[in-house]
Amino acid sequence: MTRLPSQAGERIDRTQTVSFTFDGKPVSALAGDTIGSALYAAGQRTFSRSFKYHRRRGLMCCAGHCPNCLVAVDGAPGVRACTEPVREGARVEHLNATPGLELDAMAVMDMLGGPFTPPGFYYKTFIRPRRLWPLYEWVLRHAAGLGRLPERQAERAWRTEYRRRHADVLVVGGGHAGLTAAIAAAERGADVVLAEEGPEPGGRLLWEGGHEQARALTARAREAGVEILCSAPALGHFDGLVAVWQGDTLHQIRAHQHVYATGAIEQPLVFAGNDLPGVMLSGGAWRLAALYGVRPGTRAVVASTCDRGLRAASALSELGVEVLAVADARPTRSTQADALRAQGVEVLSGWTIVAAGGRRGVQSATLSPLADGAGDGAQGGGVRRLSCDLVLVCGGEAPATALVAQAGARTEYDPARGHFRLAELPPGVSAVGDLAGEGYGQSAMAPARGGATPPTPDVAASRGKAFTCFCEDVTAKDIRRGVREGYDSIELCKRFTTVTMGPCQGRMCQLSSIRLMARETGQSLEQVGTTTARPPWSTVPLGALAGRPFEPAKRSAIHGAHRELGASVKWAGDWRRAYDYGDPEGEALNVHTAAGLIDVSTLGKLLVRGPQAGEFLDRLYPNRLSNLKPGRVRYGVLTSDAGRIMDDGTISRIDAETFYVTTTSSGAGAVEQWFSWWLADWGLAVHLSDVTQALCAVNLAGPRARAILARLTDADCSAEAFAYLDARQARVAGVDALVMRIGFVGELGYEIHFPSAYGEDVWNAILLAGQSEGIRPFGLEPQRILRLQKQHIIVGQDTDSESTPFGAGMPWAVKLDKDEQFIGKWALARAAEAPAETALVGFTLANGHVPTEGAVVLDQHGRAAGQVTSARRSRQLERVIGMAWVPSALAGDGQSITISDNGTRVSAAVLTEPFHDPGGELLRS
Amino acid sequence: MSFVLTCPHCGVREVADFAFGGEVSTRPRETPSLRELSQYNYFRRNVAGVQREWWYHRSGCRTWFQAERDTRTNHVLRVGLPGELGAAT
Repeated sequence: MTRLPSQAGERIDRTQTVSFTFDGKPVSALAGDTIGSALYAAGQRTFSRSFKYHRRRGLMCCAGHCPNCLVAVDGAPGVRACTEPVREGARVEHLNATPGLELDAMAVMDMLGGPFTPPGFYYKTFIRPRRLWPLYEWVLRHAAGLGRLPERQAERAWRTEYRRRHADVLVVGGGHAGLTAAIAAAERGADVVLAEEGPEPGGRLLWEGGHEQARALTARAREAGVEILCSAPALGHFDGLVAVWQGDTLHQIRAHQHVYATGAIEQPLVFAGNDLPGVMLSGGAWRLAALYGVRPGTRAVVASTCDRGLRAASALSELGVEVLAVADARPTRSTQADALRAQGVEVLSGWTIVAAGGRRGVQSATLSPLADGAGDGAQGGGVRRLSCDLVLVCGGEAPATALVAQAGARTEYDPARGHFRLAELPPGVSAVGDLAGEGYGQSAMAPARGGATPPTPDVAASRGKAFTCFCEDVTAKDIRRGVREGYDSIELCKRFTTVTMGPCQGRMCQLSSIRLMARETGQSLEQVGTTTARPPWSTVPLGALAGRPFEPAKRSAIHGAHRELGASVKWAGDWRRAYDYGDPEGEALNVHTAAGLIDVSTLGKLLVRGPQAGEFLDRLYPNRLSNLKPGRVRYGVLTSDAGRIMDDGTISRIDAETFYVTTTSSGAGAVEQWFSWWLADWGLAVHLSDVTQALCAVNLAGPRARAILARLTDADCSAEAFAYLDARQARVAGVDALVMRIGFVGELGYEIHFPSAYGEDVWNAILLAGQSEGIRPFGLEPQRILRLQKQHIIVGQDTDSESTPFGAGMPWAVKLDKDEQFIGKWALARAAEAPAETALVGFTLANGHVPTEGAVVLDQHGRAAGQVTSARRSRQLERVIGMAWVPSALAGDGQSITISDNGTRVSAAVLTEPFHDPGGELLRS
Repeated sequence: MSFVLTCPHCGVREVADFAFGGEVSTRPRETPSLRELSQYNYFRRNVAGVQREWWYHRSGCRTWFQAERDTRTNHVLRVGLPGELGAAT
């Protein structure tokens, strides 16, 4: 292991070692190392293979910006080795190279690629024959990529949480400027959150010699009460909410004031071989040496356009890296350049790098005076080729404006600095530090003002690939090709070449691609402009966005009793419901022969009270309810103003001013919302209470139902005293209840509503009282068989958003002669005049085939004209029955329809009246 | 979409607490023509700017109220119970 001597401010702890594996081989690291620094210290130079050409890529930025060090850690791809802390026993693997990182079969793409694989080549090449598309896709998907997700992941192996945080001030970025702003706000009493993407605040103070200042500022911020989130990159700014990802938590931070201190990103230079392992950003090498004590190389060549690169060269030279030469693109020498000379380093003003050479890594650098001839161009005359193992580049810096641009800031090109700077900030948002071009006071640490605009290569002259985009392997030549093919706006060129669309999100390539565009189109950078900054700004696992999977389940108060009875419990909307108790057909049959009991507590239940309650319901329902007598029940279907069925249920009148409304189970919330909305709009003297959760409901049905109920109540249960569609308040099993004689399942039946607290008591009391009568509980599935025998619709199952009461065969539920302008009246009046094209009818099948729900109904010409909505086998009727939407011409009794069910065609006979008890005698008995 | 909304009863809450009821429209008072009915049922102004709209505090007090929101910025200018905001602009 090659480490530099111990330095103040380093992040590693030389007394503690940590070990992990890389591609199966053990690697020894120091506590505080990143995977990247440990691998580099262990001699690893190739970290990944590039996206398209499978070129070797090594550490470049050491800041989590570029894509060069993407690895998989413990099976999770897309992790940046340079910022991921080492963990004992971690399993680190390379991505995108087969059979291995050192010998990658697909590296042949680098030889072939270029002329044969320009941007968009696969859209143009892999067109014919069409039947080979699946093969092309398979090959391309395996050739390019940034890793593979595991096929399976242990359930809940990684749990994530959302956290909502409201604050006065949010500071994004924990460098000098961010910390200073946070302290200033917190010391004035503000509630401040600071989000820092690195493991500790301090920014470039940490490696530029200001680590003590950084730690003092951090301590002062903590003391002032700033909540500091570390290893917490901000992902995006969404209407004032900033999402910050930190490990297994997604912080959703909302603040009154946003301070962006996201700094400036050092830019690479575009030259042939600029992606070779060993070509590093000057700051990357500096971080590697100063924070982790890793020597980035022994013999370095430096190419810079500003003092930032020169400062790094100076620092590395002091740490013992031999700096052979510094090519400074500026024609005049800065004081920093003079200081370097004093250190004995050769500085070539007005020079730049034109090529880096080498096979597995950089072995040489070629420097050349700039074409305009100013500076030291005359010194050596021509080109100089230096043998080296490290090339440090600094192409100036670009303020990290993406997040603040998402917040609404505008940028403009600053020709003096050669980058896009902030021009306008939205209210409540400020920018400080390097992002705002401010630097931090001390002259030695001032930002890179007055840098030269990096030379843009003449792509025609360059041999070898010069990359503008390292993520997607886009070369300078590719930008030229894009422009020549007509993609001459930066947004079009971005989409065509995919430049700026990779994992670096434009950090490394946006500025250089704009410069190349400007050169190719002859426009100014201001005219070219920037591409839109979109979230996420930092790489984030989808799991972190998903949050904890909430699957709230509703259970009736009787649920425990169903479990004891051995019910098979299934989802029904939000509810966990008893589907059956082991024998659905038998349970249904028992309702016909003796009696059954079903839990219908899931029904929505609303109390509508007040002097105008009747009028309110008359306005909401298409039928009349104000004339309903106390103690009576009426069915009602709810329609929208477009005349479409929304829900259905029963309305019982308790007294002059009180109605009790039930809704479908799945529609309970929507109906409550619908009622209260119109109530808010109309402002009638009505009070609405949702008692869905407060009350349980059971349906006792079957020929023996009356005898069973009579044992549990003092109320007169005779057919005369308690007739069909009567509603009675009575004590049942000692509990105050509302009992309605209604018949969803087609037999004599009582729906009993009572307080939830007595749920299991009443349920058990009824089963006990009915034991001698042969009562059995029945579940949701037998209920569906029973209601289908009666052709009672289930809204949402047999109807859809286009169904009207006329099409659904319920014209009797609409009273168009009502005075009220009830909801749906005008549309229904029109629907009544123009008969529907299709109608909902019952059908029956002689043979044993039960059509799939959704099977197609064909018209006379064999075209699809309707669909089956429900179908079941009925043991009571000894045949298959169902409901279907069929063309109106085929909707009459005795018509034959053809059902096409997954290729099988069956004939069915239409029957428009209930299959069971068509006259309703049993219901009224 | 992620912003805060002030419920007239409960105060400032995340928008996820609420259900959106669409822009405030006027239901015809008398029998509308087919065109008027279709306009009312299916057409929305969908303005880029401030619009009056319905919100329901679903996860709170279950009150319907109206808000004036700038659809471009999601900035909510005013909220009020029905009738409190005066005539729509």
